Amino acid sequence: MSETKRIEFEYSQIDSERMRLNVGPQHPSTHGVLRLEVELDGEIVTEVVPHIGYLHRCFEKHCEKMTYPQVIPYIDRMDYISAMNNEWPYVMGIEKLMGIEIPEKVEYIRLIFAELNRIANHQIAIATFGLDAGAFTPFLYLFRDREFILSIFEKASGGRLLYNYFWVGGLAADVHKEFKQDVLAIVKQVRETNKEIADLLLYNKIFIERVANVGILPADVAINYGCSGPVVRGSGLAFDLRKDAPYSFYDRFDFDVITGHGEVGTVGDCFDRNIVRFHEMEQSCRIIEQAIEQMPMEGDVREKLPKKIRPPKGEIYTKAENPKGELGFYIVSNGTDKPERIKSRGTSFVNLSVLPEISKGYLFADLIMILGSIDIVLGEVDR
Amino acid sequence: MLAQEIYEKLKAEFGDAIIEFKQEPFFDPFVQVAPEKLFDISLYLRDTPELDFDYLSLLGGMDYKENLGVVYHLYSIKLKHSFILKVTVSKDNPVVPSVERIWRSADWHEREAYDMFGIRFEGHHNLIRILCPYDWEGFPLRKDYVQPDEYHGMKVPY
Repeated sequence: MSETKRIEFEYSQIDSERMRLNVGPQHPSTHGVLRLEVELDGEIVTEVVPHIGYLHRCFEKHCEKMTYPQVIPYIDRMDYISAMNNEWPYVMGIEKLMGIEIPEKVEYIRLIFAELNRIANHQIAIATFGLDAGAFTPFLYLFRDREFILSIFEKASGGRLLYNYFWVGGLAADVHKEFKQDVLAIVKQVRETNKEIADLLLYNKIFIERVANVGILPADVAINYGCSGPVVRGSGLAFDLRKDAPYSFYDRFDFDVITGHGEVGTVGDCFDRNIVRFHEMEQSCRIIEQAIEQMPMEGDVREKLPKKIRPPKGEIYTKAENPKGELGFYIVSNGTDKPERIKSRGTSFVNLSVLPEISKGYLFADLIMILGSIDIVLGEVDR
Repeated sequence: MLAQEIYEKLKAEFGDAIIEFKQEPFFDPFVQVAPEKLFDISLYLRDTPELDFDYLSLLGGMDYKENLGVVYHLYSIKLKHSFILKVTVSKDNPVVPSVERIWRSADWHEREAYDMFGIRFEGHHNLIRILCPYDWEGFPLRKDYVQPDEYHGMKVPY
């Protein structure tokens, strides 16, 4: 019988050479084709270098060859999870340039659809974040609810993911007759499921242990990196364009801006970013309820559609609060029916740039959670 | 603060480096500045308490046919006002000082502008392509860009 060999060493004296690890471009938890080059010291992340561009399709170059309405389907494909929200700032910008007044009904429908899409987006964000942590059941519940929202979109636009529904000056089609009842039923359903999700996932001890005090992002760093949306609000800063630079009818509704306040850990950790999304769903429900009450059902949604979309020579920057943050379009018009240049401020593109900053010094397993908490969509990062 | 007031403040501080202020219908008011002074102007805009532009919304390259340009959309989270800076550089030597040290969000935006327009940002710590492959040739968003026929043996036009 051979003697067992024991290696005597002290952990502190191990000369662990740093290791560079390639994560992606197709790791299931990377939320798309993102490649991270990670430098590890043992299990601790010392450096993260994101390599992006795998989905790059030169959206901005395409736009220069398209007429203004032809650009809208491309914009759907940027953040394909919240396509309704994406179309909004773009059509708003052109309407401002052309001076088109939007009928009240159209504006309400847009607002309700944008808020519904915000709920759908946050459902995916929370569901996949739970999935990253190993919680599979909430994922199924949330996706089931998202189906109801998608079916409303389908009834209105014909599409389930990419809508091409907001047109310059109006909408592609009117909503169906029972629209109001259907939306209110969804709101009720969302609230019921959310109660379950809070018990099942968000305030689950195992989940909290996993996400609290991880990936802390201080508010000043968040601003300096240009973060917006739940990422910056999770750090305790109430920056929401719906309140700060009100567009559409947002000044008519009573809702709160949710910020993180370190409920179970430090302000600005993964838990805070996630819980902000969760509570924002409730605020969206409130906005939808008020909007449904005020919305007129009579009127034509296509009456203001211009025959020719040819904005005057000029340029405009319009922004709106996307579920993921500030989405802006810088539209330069040269007086023809094709844009001179369209520059989009991809929300996820900017939010992702903070990842190397906030994942240093955490365990490698936490890096996946931090990435999940930023909630990126690679279609928008790469454009 | 209105763009007009910000312009007057800048003019008093930097004089000739502020080339023009444009306020026209269909244009968001903007200020054209000399590229050499851009870094100082940006720092001033961020650090003056009554301006407090701590948030860079958007930085985008532009092709004005005869020369290139960069547009900076600034926003102040505390004071809720916005401002637009523009610089123009010649196509032969497109060099603009980097503002990455002032707003870290400029890091990736500047890399994108370099990738798409070939504008070189002086002082950027890692100015490499970001969206296109690292060995891509040419700058796609320039108006005179000609698409290559193939890339590593793959046909490019589809």
